[in-house]
Amino acid sequence: MGTEPIEAWGPALALLPSLVAAGLIRLSSRRPALREAWSLIASAAQAAAVFSLVPAAAGGAVVQTTLIELAPGIPLLLRVDALGSVFAALASGLWVLTTVYSIGYVRSLQEHAQTRYFFCFALCLFAAVGVAFAGNLLTFFLFYEILTVSTYPLVVHKQTGAAVRAGRMYLAYTLTAGVALLTAVALTQALAGTTEFRPGGILPGTLPIGTLWALLGLFVLGVGVKAAVMPLHSWLPVAMIAPTPVSALLHAVAVVKAGVFGVVRVVGYVVGPDLLEGLGASSLLAWLAAGTILGASLLALTQDNLKRLLAFSTISQLSYIVLGAALGTPSGLAGAIQHIVNHGVTKITLFFCAGAIYVASGRESVSQLAGIGRRMPVTMGAFAVAALGISGLPPASGFLSKWYLIRGALEADQWPFALVLLVSSLLNLAYFVPIIISAFFGSPEEAGGVAEAPATLLVPIVLTGAASVLLGMAPDAPVAFLSLASGAAAAILGAP
Amino acid sequence: MLLDHLPALLAVVPLVAALALPLAGAVRPRLVYPLAVGAGAVTAVLSLLTLERVLTRGVMRYHVGGWPPPWGIELVVDHLSAFVALTVSGLVALALLYAGPAVRSGTAGSPSPFFALALLYLASLMGIVVAGDLFNLFVFLEVASIASYALVASGGGRALMAAFRYILLGTVGASFYLLGVGHLYLLTGTLNMADLSQRLPELGASRVLLVAVGFLVIGLGIKMALVPLHGWLPDAYTYAPPAVTALIAPVTTKVAAYALARVLFSVLGAPAALAGIPLMSVLAWAGGAAILVGGVLAIRQNDLRRLLAYSSVSQVGYIALGIGLANRPALAGAYLHILNHAMMKGCLFFAAGAVAARLGGSALTDLRLMHRRMPVTTACIVVAALSMIGIPPAGGFFSKWYLLVGALEAGHTLLAGVIVGGGLLAAAYMFKVLEHACLARPDAAGHASDESPGGRAEAPAAMLIPLVALSVGIVAVGIWSAPIVSGVLWFAAAAGLE
Repeated sequence: MGTEPIEAWGPALALLPSLVAAGLIRLSSRRPALREAWSLIASAAQAAAVFSLVPAAAGGAVVQTTLIELAPGIPLLLRVDALGSVFAALASGLWVLTTVYSIGYVRSLQEHAQTRYFFCFALCLFAAVGVAFAGNLLTFFLFYEILTVSTYPLVVHKQTGAAVRAGRMYLAYTLTAGVALLTAVALTQALAGTTEFRPGGILPGTLPIGTLWALLGLFVLGVGVKAAVMPLHSWLPVAMIAPTPVSALLHAVAVVKAGVFGVVRVVGYVVGPDLLEGLGASSLLAWLAAGTILGASLLALTQDNLKRLLAFSTISQLSYIVLGAALGTPSGLAGAIQHIVNHGVTKITLFFCAGAIYVASGRESVSQLAGIGRRMPVTMGAFAVAALGISGLPPASGFLSKWYLIRGALEADQWPFALVLLVSSLLNLAYFVPIIISAFFGSPEEAGGVAEAPATLLVPIVLTGAASVLLGMAPDAPVAFLSLASGAAAAILGAP
Repeated sequence: MLLDHLPALLAVVPLVAALALPLAGAVRPRLVYPLAVGAGAVTAVLSLLTLERVLTRGVMRYHVGGWPPPWGIELVVDHLSAFVALTVSGLVALALLYAGPAVRSGTAGSPSPFFALALLYLASLMGIVVAGDLFNLFVFLEVASIASYALVASGGGRALMAAFRYILLGTVGASFYLLGVGHLYLLTGTLNMADLSQRLPELGASRVLLVAVGFLVIGLGIKMALVPLHGWLPDAYTYAPPAVTALIAPVTTKVAAYALARVLFSVLGAPAALAGIPLMSVLAWAGGAAILVGGVLAIRQNDLRRLLAYSSVSQVGYIALGIGLANRPALAGAYLHILNHAMMKGCLFFAAGAVAARLGGSALTDLRLMHRRMPVTTACIVVAALSMIGIPPAGGFFSKWYLLVGALEAGHTLLAGVIVGGGLLAAAYMFKVLEHACLARPDAAGHASDESPGGRAEAPAAMLIPLVALSVGIVAVGIWSAPIVSGVLWFAAAAGLE
């Protein structure tokens, strides 16, 4: 603590590539190769720019860019701290791989409206990194809403009746959440006199209890929809109608993680863990999360569509992060922040695998996967590693954050939550292991003449799979995610 | 110095042009359009100069013919007038440019009458904005209304009936306003706004004052189509020729809203309650009702122009709500929304006109494949839609932000909910439009081939340029909303609350 933010252009520059790329993609609508090149270059540039900001953040420094005034006294503030750089690094790092994957995917399936697809994808990443770097609530809201509307065209991409209906549902949920969040932001400005994020929170504890609960309710609704906390989750399985790379990066990483990231931001930097605890709201939030963890896992057991199954698994896993934030202990918070990364990397692998299976064989159902592991060993191998990782088994990284979360629950003397996490692991195994067994030990004849997907799909799968293992083995090796998570947790809790 | 005459010039320049235009048209018909656009542009530039002068030197008071009030006519330009004058003249100038192709192709009547009426309309709107006394405000209000009745009626067919209804209700509104003015004159013996604002407090509340205020508010409420007084608006906007709707829809109700704010704040001093009637609260709640009623009715429409008309009813509610809340952020929000709504509704009605011209109609089903055939127009609709819904950085978000802050400051939690909830209604009706425009598939199996544009049908440049200018403006006003508010609107709001 006590570090004064350093003014620099870095944070703004990190946002630039995706914004510029969106424009360039739009202009090169007649030239597919050029359009894809812009996407690749932008994703690489954005990842490089974001990663260059990580070391400073890991060292505890805060770098910010103050741009124009959004409203009198409230600037458009981009601030890179430990928490923000975790999410930004995750989203922009995975964007590079998803771009490669996307190119393979849309080419293989000869998707229509590819310009719109890549254009919106770039805008989404612009917004996601903006959410990560937002230094006050109004900036956060701005990028949060841009994320909502730029995801919509990707959800309705197929333009079928079902896709349009899914889009309506998506908008109904996310825009309603936006309205709640906006009200919360304005109320915070009125009550606290500022919307700037500060470790430990900005709300004075002297406010009337009723007002505080109303504000908390608005915040939970505002960020809880994207975080898919039950009962606000219904949009996520429906949104799986989007093309798989969209589901992979946006509905496993960027959009939903913006939601849980928002939960951590609000808990840690607006409300503050102490006030949350003092109100008795933390245990309510924790139980909401625990209910989601178990409920969504149980629902996942009943799914036959692979992407929907993964969606319910995502809902369950997202609430791990909400739970960790609600616990408000050092290990709980660190575990929650780490899980943003660990779940992101592993879940994107699973979605990539689902997409590769679809491209290679046209299959989308769990029941159709018998024997497919023999025909697509690399894909299903990565699937197995990631699935076990999600369930909390080494070598993939899921076990690490889960370990921290369990420790966090015990630190808070809340052993029931530790139990919930363990039961959830068993449920995860219950829906993943049968898929793996049937894929590898089912008769290969059933899989027919299926072969591995093209390299553009396979390489990202191998890389994200490897990344999730690497994060499990050496959590600080590629990017200092563990130090960042611990640093952010310490900042939140260390504040007076 | 010529610039000292700016307040008068704002109305005189378009008025002279309106009178000269038929003469020019008789000699050289081809000159009519460029002259009209030129006059509009000059008025806009003069408005900009006026705003600059008000910002640097303060309020301008101009005595017509050198006669001081109460004998002569006084024109007053303060921050609010200058801001509204720039909004109105800018929008009208773009609408005049936009109308060229439609007028040439004959769908909006012959060139001379259309442009002469349009400039007369502009002149009278500027007159309303600079008027320093209630009677001149009435005269200009009536001239503006008569010009717009004629413009609407020029559509023929169903437009005639719509115009007739517009005349009936508009005349009732004008009569109510005039009755209100008459009562105030009986009470105080003056019509000058500044004099009125000094004498009225001395007289205290009385039944006559109450009747006067009631007449004024209801009369102007009709002119600004505030629910439940909005009956004239949907048909007039739907059946008027597209070029006429594009001209009158963005500014008519805004200027009436300006007049209402002027009467309430500059004349009456924003009384919280008048003889036991909580006037401002009633207005705020009427605004809230308008947001909801207009929004719900807009969702049910299947014609783009009619949908936009009901959307106007809803958006005017925001302005009324902000005026009714009568605190600094809410007023700033209401005034900013005058600009934002003028721009987004202008953008959308410009687009609707382009669609009607190119795709054959303005039923939502006519929009099919619009994103392919008119990609630029579609993009402009998207920007305006985001502004309407209130997605930053589009301008509409920022007016809502100030309104929301104002509602919370006034302790009106429910109205705060209406302000943000209205955004959801806007999302419902605007995404209904976008679904038709962007998401209809060419055919069931239409893959791959649809990257080729196929049959581009963008409107001509004269229509497209104003459209694009407005959509760029919407985002620009959003990005620079804070300087606009702290530089201009804070003063406008504060002046009303003194």
